[in-house]
Amino acid sequence: MTGADPSQIFREEAAELLAALETALLHLEQRPADREPLDTAFRALHTIKGSGSMFGFEAAASFTHHLESAFDRMRKGELAATPAMIGIALAAKDHIRVLIDDPAGADAAAGAGILARLAEQSDGAAMSASLRQDLDDADGRASWRVRFRLAPDALERGTNPLLLLDELRELGDAGVVALTGDIPPLEELEPTLCHVAWEVILTTTHPRSTIEDVFIFVIDETELTIEPVPVPVPEREAEQGPVMTADLPAPAPVPREPAAPKAEAGPEKAKAQPAANSIRVPAERLDDLMDQVGELVIAHARLKQLVSDSVDLQIKSVTEEIERLSNGLRDITMGIRMVPVESLFGRFRRLVRDLSQELGKDVALTMSGEETELDKTMIERLNDPLVHIIRNSLDHGLEPAADRVAAGKPPQGRIHLSARHAGTRVLMTIRDDGRGLDRDRIRAKAEEQELIPPGAKLSDAELFQLIFHPGFSTARALTSVSGRGIGMDVVKRTIDGLRGTIEVSSTPGGGTEITLGLPLTLAIIDGLLVRVGQGRYVIPLFAVEECVELPPDVERRHAGRNFLNIRGALVPFLRLRDSFGVRHPPDLYQKIVIISSGDRRVGLVVDQVLGDHQTVIKSMSKLHADVASFSGATILGDGSVALILDIAQIVAAGQVQDQRREAS
Amino acid sequence: MAVTDTRSFEALTLGLGGEIFAIDANSVHEILDVVPQTEVPGAPPLVGRLINVRGKVVPLADLRIRFGMDCTPPTIDTRIVVVEILLDDEPTVVGLLADKVHEVTSIAGASIEDTPDIGMRWNPDLIKGIGKRGDDFIVIPDIVRIFTTH
Repeated sequence: MTGADPSQIFREEAAELLAALETALLHLEQRPADREPLDTAFRALHTIKGSGSMFGFEAAASFTHHLESAFDRMRKGELAATPAMIGIALAAKDHIRVLIDDPAGADAAAGAGILARLAEQSDGAAMSASLRQDLDDADGRASWRVRFRLAPDALERGTNPLLLLDELRELGDAGVVALTGDIPPLEELEPTLCHVAWEVILTTTHPRSTIEDVFIFVIDETELTIEPVPVPVPEREAEQGPVMTADLPAPAPVPREPAAPKAEAGPEKAKAQPAANSIRVPAERLDDLMDQVGELVIAHARLKQLVSDSVDLQIKSVTEEIERLSNGLRDITMGIRMVPVESLFGRFRRLVRDLSQELGKDVALTMSGEETELDKTMIERLNDPLVHIIRNSLDHGLEPAADRVAAGKPPQGRIHLSARHAGTRVLMTIRDDGRGLDRDRIRAKAEEQELIPPGAKLSDAELFQLIFHPGFSTARALTSVSGRGIGMDVVKRTIDGLRGTIEVSSTPGGGTEITLGLPLTLAIIDGLLVRVGQGRYVIPLFAVEECVELPPDVERRHAGRNFLNIRGALVPFLRLRDSFGVRHPPDLYQKIVIISSGDRRVGLVVDQVLGDHQTVIKSMSKLHADVASFSGATILGDGSVALILDIAQIVAAGQVQDQRREAS
Repeated sequence: MAVTDTRSFEALTLGLGGEIFAIDANSVHEILDVVPQTEVPGAPPLVGRLINVRGKVVPLADLRIRFGMDCTPPTIDTRIVVVEILLDDEPTVVGLLADKVHEVTSIAGASIEDTPDIGMRWNPDLIKGIGKRGDDFIVIPDIVRIFTTH
């Protein structure tokens, strides 16, 4: 992070704070009496204001200040968190974002409008003392006696009292007196500690809170008293004060010399620590780290293979040690990239709130499993598809209140987001209790667009998959929200790109449920290594249902039906050696790996099942972009390359075979 | 029409199907002995195999296929020349199979001639020009075109 643009860091930090603020506001709207979201919102505003002015985002800081004051009053119980107030606060939050992202492009009138509404809402006298002061620019000069004593180790931690004093002096006329009473005799003096306190008589038009803001970053460690001085103190009085003023050159009370930190500094150090417990790292560095770990896993696999022939016990034990370390490193690295899906789900509260108002539908958004963790890159890439799905649910799925009541449902619609682990996958479900998908309309539309032959027999799952076809929309009228038939195919493409799966289920009148199955990470998957002829291939383990032997009677009727009876269900199978054009003679006992995608199952005939394999996914070059059967490649323990089967493509190929059978 | 590059350049010369080919030495990453290769079912024959180059999965191209030469089995002299080329503005690493790698040499711009339109066994679009070195002719292939046209 060295050399990074500090205002960029502030922007990133502010984006997170604004997101936290929004979440808190929406919580508050639901539970106005709750103390915690109120505190969260206040803290977020306070920090935005503080760091904003520090990094030169003055407009944002002063705008935020008014909002912060209102929230402070709410915290004190002087104001109620009414829905109207929350509405204003959300609008204000959006305005703060503009002020930070693009200060020049901000609409000053809009900002003033929000402030006016804010003033109207909070209407009381106290809050707006400062606001009115700002609006009327009244000359309310007051004098304050500001006395502060920094923590003894403040200098070691980089606090410069001179800057604080300068900042106070900028607020108005200030007389500074150093309180030197606590300076110990020379022989006991610890030169790295701060023994001096200051008293400042400040005459200013700024409110008390502005003075407090000067100390915003040191407030926890500083003894600070601010009291009004009834009669404006003549400036001379301050100058009559003893000893020294900050005007003198180099008044630094203690020289800054490196010295061993004192043991006494312990408690304060501990207090300051929580902030240092997390660090920001650019995502690319994590990607690089993941690449390196991937290489290490491969190198270890090679080492293990070489050592397996050795009789040297020492080398074997070192190899095992390396295995333990590299597995640990892999888990930690993958863990670093994991973030709870809450950060993703949280964004949709606002979306649902705004959309439901726009569409005039009363909708409650509930969630579960927010703590489920997923790769950061994945979270980012899931945002758009989920927005599309939720919009569709709100617009098409949920009926207007009157229709709902007529159908015997509560007037308020429900959308439920959930996430949970299922083996090495995360299942993310978006469920609404709306009218459900209209099978007849989907079928009619698909026939009209010639996606399916008229009267084709399709299972529900197959029929529902049609909604992901590009340009497919059954919405009769376009709304601003959805209906243009773009969106669901974007969903499909994005999820495919993440090696994910989509399942749709729907009950007429009961609602729709869309389940996304996602790998935990994009970089490493568990795979089943199989051999076909002399080539080795990886089948993603999440898709594998079971492995069975190819029954000899099926084998004999090679030319005939390619179907297998798996516990009463007819499963089509593909001979991979035919698909891959293998000339090598087949093994005597061939195996079938049953894989599934959605509710479709396909058997893959292979020569040998070699076992499971930690698969570091390598993308294939552009030159192989049109090879459909494989989603990537990996490097095996002996250094050779193996291809990873693309499950969706293979299953689709199996279906084609299935349809041919039905046609014949 | 083949494009003539009139500048001199440092070239790596290699034997391919009895001819001598020259490729820009600056694009060469490394030269490898023959390594295990993985067939990609369904891929174009030109890039029908993959190899592992220091942990990266790299397509292996057999230029002899594009020039209609016999694909003889590898010999003790066979090498893989790993080059980086720009495909659609994206740097792509490709391994080129060579019957034999000769040397790095400077090919003078003046000695490079336009590809003759007639008397050529090969598609002239795939060749930038013919250079001369002593009594030998050296074929300067257009590597990018070889991969982008089919």
